[in-house]
Amino acid sequence: MTDNPLVQDFATDWDHSDPQWVADPYPIWEDLRQRCPVAHTDRYGGGWFPATHAGVSEIAKDTTNFTSRNVVIGNGRPTELDLPAPIGVAPPITSDPPFHAIARRLILPAFAPGPINALEPMIRELCSKLLDTMAGEDVVNAGTQYAQYIPPSVIRGMLGFPEEDIEQFLEFVHIILEGIDHPEEERIIEFEPVEKYFVAQIEEHMDSPRDDLTSYLLNAELDGQNLALEHVFGTMVLILVAGIDTTWSAIGSAIWHLAHNPEDLARLVNEPDLMPVAIEEFLRFYAPVTMARLVKHDMEYQGCPMKEDDWILLGFPAANRDPVAFKDADKFIIDRAENRHVAFGLGIHRCAGSNLARLEMRVALEEFIKRYPRFELADSKAVTWAPGQIRGPRNLPIRILQ
Amino acid sequence: MKVRIDPEICQGQGRCFSIAPQIFDFDELGNGVVLGDGLLTSETIELARLAQANCPEHAVFIEDSP
Repeated sequence: MTDNPLVQDFATDWDHSDPQWVADPYPIWEDLRQRCPVAHTDRYGGGWFPATHAGVSEIAKDTTNFTSRNVVIGNGRPTELDLPAPIGVAPPITSDPPFHAIARRLILPAFAPGPINALEPMIRELCSKLLDTMAGEDVVNAGTQYAQYIPPSVIRGMLGFPEEDIEQFLEFVHIILEGIDHPEEERIIEFEPVEKYFVAQIEEHMDSPRDDLTSYLLNAELDGQNLALEHVFGTMVLILVAGIDTTWSAIGSAIWHLAHNPEDLARLVNEPDLMPVAIEEFLRFYAPVTMARLVKHDMEYQGCPMKEDDWILLGFPAANRDPVAFKDADKFIIDRAENRHVAFGLGIHRCAGSNLARLEMRVALEEFIKRYPRFELADSKAVTWAPGQIRGPRNLPIRILQ
Repeated sequence: MKVRIDPEICQGQGRCFSIAPQIFDFDELGNGVVLGDGLLTSETIELARLAQANCPEHAVFIEDSP
């Protein structure tokens, strides 16, 4: 994707992997809102990008004209392999009504506030241990040494995979995240070791069920029958894909912000009760996740001639910066009281892991600033941002101040 | 005044019960529900309005109670 020619005009040729978009997409989106609220591209086989809160909101809620069969933009138009409707490869995120509600209802109880809040001590201990490994260093990498490790470790624990498998598990996460937009034939080959490991874990859990997410999915019933193993496997992959670089990006962006906004850092250190409100502003201002849809049938939308299977890139982060929807939208206001941000999406596909993401963000930030009440960017030019649909800092060197 | 959540609109964004646990709770799916009869007092009305102003789905309604 990065071999694509540089974009000259994002209104007619947008590309979410263009270096300018990756480095700083916000001015691009502001420009689009003013002159072309639904931008077009011929790249990736053709697609559209609504840049306003109203446009994103309308399309996110419209499951009649837009399908979720594929939510990650690939290198071309989707193929039949991408489209096993209505279940999709990773239910419920790739499912449409009516199957969507059934698949979603199965997983929501496991991600409701009750069971998620119970994970807080485990997450706190994990963060504390990660910080211990960084102790004594003047410059730490908040991306590669800290944020990156938190979500996979939490999810490994939730799935009930052995703790000693963590390195292997991190490697699988890498394979899945890197391969997500590879063609289906390549992905099948790349996924082989992942599938083998997951199937072994599933079988092991079938022999000796326990209180974890894998056993939960194996016990779940649809119409009085256990889920198809492909459904269990697909949902496990979804939990990995959706729950890792997303939250890791959100934690990293928040630390990046605090590293060059000392007044906000000081407020969080001195006013711990402000954290939940601050988390919502981090989520609004640095929303990491952009999701895709496909146009279901030829139609006109806001004067745009959309064709069946055109991509729609749903810019939740762009919606969050729309001045029509937010007062002082381009300002980070750490105690913003009214904040209807859409970082977790809108409508029936609201991020099922939002309670977990918020908990991980809160605990990760609380532990980080407790250990390091003062820090700054060690080298702002060395900070790199992930390309594509999940945005967050990957390399994030932080200098610890006394 | 009385507060209610429209269950057809609520998607479990989780903002209401985080902001105003005195007024809202969550069900087993994580969707918002109103505690008790939803009648608001002069002490809780502002909190209910704040929760309403933070719901991305616009699922919280504050109405005159009959």
